Amino acid sequence: MGRKLDPLKKVPRGPGRKAKKQPGAENELGKILNDDSEYKRMSSRSRQRASRRRKNEEKASVKKPEPKQNGAATENLQGKRKPVGFSDDNAEWLKPVKKMKKEEESDEEMEEESGEETLDQEKSDGEEEEGSDNEKPGALDFSDSDDLQDDFGGSSEDDDDEKEALLPIEKAAGKQKKKMQREKAKEKDSDIQLNVDADEHFTLPTSEEIEKELSVPLDLSGVQDRIKDVVAVLQDFSNRGGDRSRQEYLAVLRQDLATYYSYGIFMIETLSELFPVSELVDFLEACEVQRPVTIRTNTLKTRRRDLAQALINRGVNLDPLGKWSKTGLVIYDSSVPVGATPEYLAGHYMLQGGSSMLPVIALAPQENERVLDMCCAPGGKTSYVAQLMKNTGVVVANDMNADRLRSVVGNLHRLGVTNCIVSNYDGRQIPKVLGGFDRVLLDAPCSGTGVISKDPAVKTNKTLLDIQRCAHMQKELILSAIDALDAQSSTGGFLVYCTCSITVEENECVVDYALKKRNVKLVPTGLDFGKEGFIRFKERRFHQSLRLTRRFYPHTHNMEGFFIAKFRKFSNTVPSTKEAAEASSTEQTENTTEETKEVTTEGGQKKNQKKQNQTVAVKNQNQPAKKQNQNSPHKKTQQKPGKKQAHGAFPKKQAQKMKQKQKFLAKKKRKSK
Amino acid sequence: MRPLTDEETRTMFEKLSKYIGENIKLLVDRPDGTYCFRLHNDRVYYVSEKILKLATNIAREKLVSLGTCFGKFTKTQKFRLHITALDYLAPYAKYKVWVKPGAEQSFLYGNHVLKSGLGRITENTAQYQGVIVYSMADVPLGFGVAAKSTQECRRLDPMTIVVFHQADVGEYIRHEDTLT
Repeated sequence: MGRKLDPLKKVPRGPGRKAKKQPGAENELGKILNDDSEYKRMSSRSRQRASRRRKNEEKASVKKPEPKQNGAATENLQGKRKPVGFSDDNAEWLKPVKKMKKEEESDEEMEEESGEETLDQEKSDGEEEEGSDNEKPGALDFSDSDDLQDDFGGSSEDDDDEKEALLPIEKAAGKQKKKMQREKAKEKDSDIQLNVDADEHFTLPTSEEIEKELSVPLDLSGVQDRIKDVVAVLQDFSNRGGDRSRQEYLAVLRQDLATYYSYGIFMIETLSELFPVSELVDFLEACEVQRPVTIRTNTLKTRRRDLAQALINRGVNLDPLGKWSKTGLVIYDSSVPVGATPEYLAGHYMLQGGSSMLPVIALAPQENERVLDMCCAPGGKTSYVAQLMKNTGVVVANDMNADRLRSVVGNLHRLGVTNCIVSNYDGRQIPKVLGGFDRVLLDAPCSGTGVISKDPAVKTNKTLLDIQRCAHMQKELILSAIDALDAQSSTGGFLVYCTCSITVEENECVVDYALKKRNVKLVPTGLDFGKEGFIRFKERRFHQSLRLTRRFYPHTHNMEGFFIAKFRKFSNTVPSTKEAAEASSTEQTENTTEETKEVTTEGGQKKNQKKQNQTVAVKNQNQPAKKQNQNSPHKKTQQKPGKKQAHGAFPKKQAQKMKQKQKFLAKKKRKSK
Repeated sequence: MRPLTDEETRTMFEKLSKYIGENIKLLVDRPDGTYCFRLHNDRVYYVSEKILKLATNIAREKLVSLGTCFGKFTKTQKFRLHITALDYLAPYAKYKVWVKPGAEQSFLYGNHVLKSGLGRITENTAQYQGVIVYSMADVPLGFGVAAKSTQECRRLDPMTIVVFHQADVGEYIRHEDTLT
């Protein structure tokens, strides 16, 4: 298998399509060549000759001293030989002796040949062997001696004879072998040279140099080279040479990445906390390219096979999305606009990124359930939910932004979704209005750090404040989403929380917060790919079950950056742990009103069930309530420090600051309202 | 959100019957649950009772849409069908027109159907009869009014209008803002 080695075909060197040599090819080649030479040296004719020679040798051994008085040609030869170092001392082992024998032999045996040879030698006085007639005179001695060394028991005279017997192809092979060896030697040298280059340590520019660089026009390729170098150094840091600290290298790298990919320095820092350096570069590179366009078949109206056929007929080049999706299609290129084909207008498919199908797959809505999509615009996920429910049950699609709801309504009608209610509440108000949902999908508004390829503005315009603001909003939303869930639901009680952001503040922190604040637990998302969520990040430590959450990145999964967590609510009561008890009383009253509302909003059939549930809930509540009573004297005294501890993972001071900031923001919001 | 008045119900049903005739009964009496028409922001929504009950919890100004929008009452109390009703009109349609693939695009851009683009037409369609427009692949594209009867269609020059355009699925993109 694989590429057949042909010793006669020269492997082209230098850059080219097939320039890559198989590793170890030289060794293989050497083996083959050696084998060949062994074989071919013992051809039938040569064997005959060898036997004759052996007889002759026996005779000649007597005459050995004679050849010294040979003709001009031999003299010539000897003269040639001498400079190599032939002397009486080494006469025993040095082969030229045999050469002489050869001359004598040829005199006796193959007169014509030797005559030819002498003629040849006279003509081109540098060349003594026919085999090497193309070689430079300078290389002659060397190649000759090579021959001598390579002899396998045979004499050089043998060799010479053979050379004559050799087919031209064999000669060529022999020549090539020599060439190969020479080249190999050369290559070794150059390899060494290369290694020296690689070993030459990359030196970090000093701050002055960097400053100087700022004054001259930007050299992007230089910056790119430096990024590569620094990444290489950081991966093998102990061999960096020099004594610059890792921090210095990282600082230069961040600066370079920021200039090369035109990011804000804050974004680069946030991202570099998430990824190791090499992965960071991959990520940034992946964010520069658009993800492939994907569509989702609307199974309410058509089948994927029919749709694919119809689109192919329109000149669209497509493929199934992946084995995890039965309805997705990837579009490579298209001769018509995919967002305006008659099929699209007839609602046979929806343009939807691969990553936004995942949360719905994780949610796994069942038929005849009551499902809430809290932040639904532009309706892709909502319609997918309705599609999986086959237009049964109820889907409540809510979004805060009335303008964006137009597209939701349009999409839902186009796709033939009939079980939807579209509302325009603030997500945080939802549990006061509606409750008892079997499943809730919360695609929270976020900073969008996972979709940089879609919206490159994120690179520069996000600050820490933006992310904290998003995180705060997300924490409020996730609590209200949990409150809208019905834990007693026979089929559900599930919440899927997802964002198109990859920062830890907006994902793991929020999930961890929800775990502390409500009676929910994380369950596997049902997606067999994606990376596990962080359970520790910088100074923060999260609950172990955060392993069950999933992260998706553009460079590893070829979809937008995404985060998915799936919760199951196991009790409708709001836990009254220390923190909750110490939380502001307003929140508690809110929750109680929610619960009462929930009961009132339920249909008549469910009321009885609900009552039973409530009694259970009351039983459950008894114990924490007792504790609460016992703690009540403590509570007041501890209130202040307790508030600080609300963000348990933070250092106290930071937490306090955060809290203050959040309060301030909340106040602002109230005022603006 | 409120039920339709008798007056409103009559105008709407009159309009619907132009396209689906007596099949209107099938819309009202459905085997899979009670469905009803509700008026909200001058628009008529066709919705299952189960969904309706849940929607009553939502404040009027916060409710954007529910079920399927059929159309709206104009200020002069006429009823105008929207393209969103197509999903319910198409299966019950009595008279249909199929357009050729070449004319498909033209119709989706809001133009009338010309004789040259006419692929097939239901037998004995009367003049000014409401018709549903299909592509040759049987995908409903919109609806309109027959400008000529089937008999007349046989001998017409290619550039005469056969179906007046009323609504087409291209409106999902063109009129997304005013759709509902």
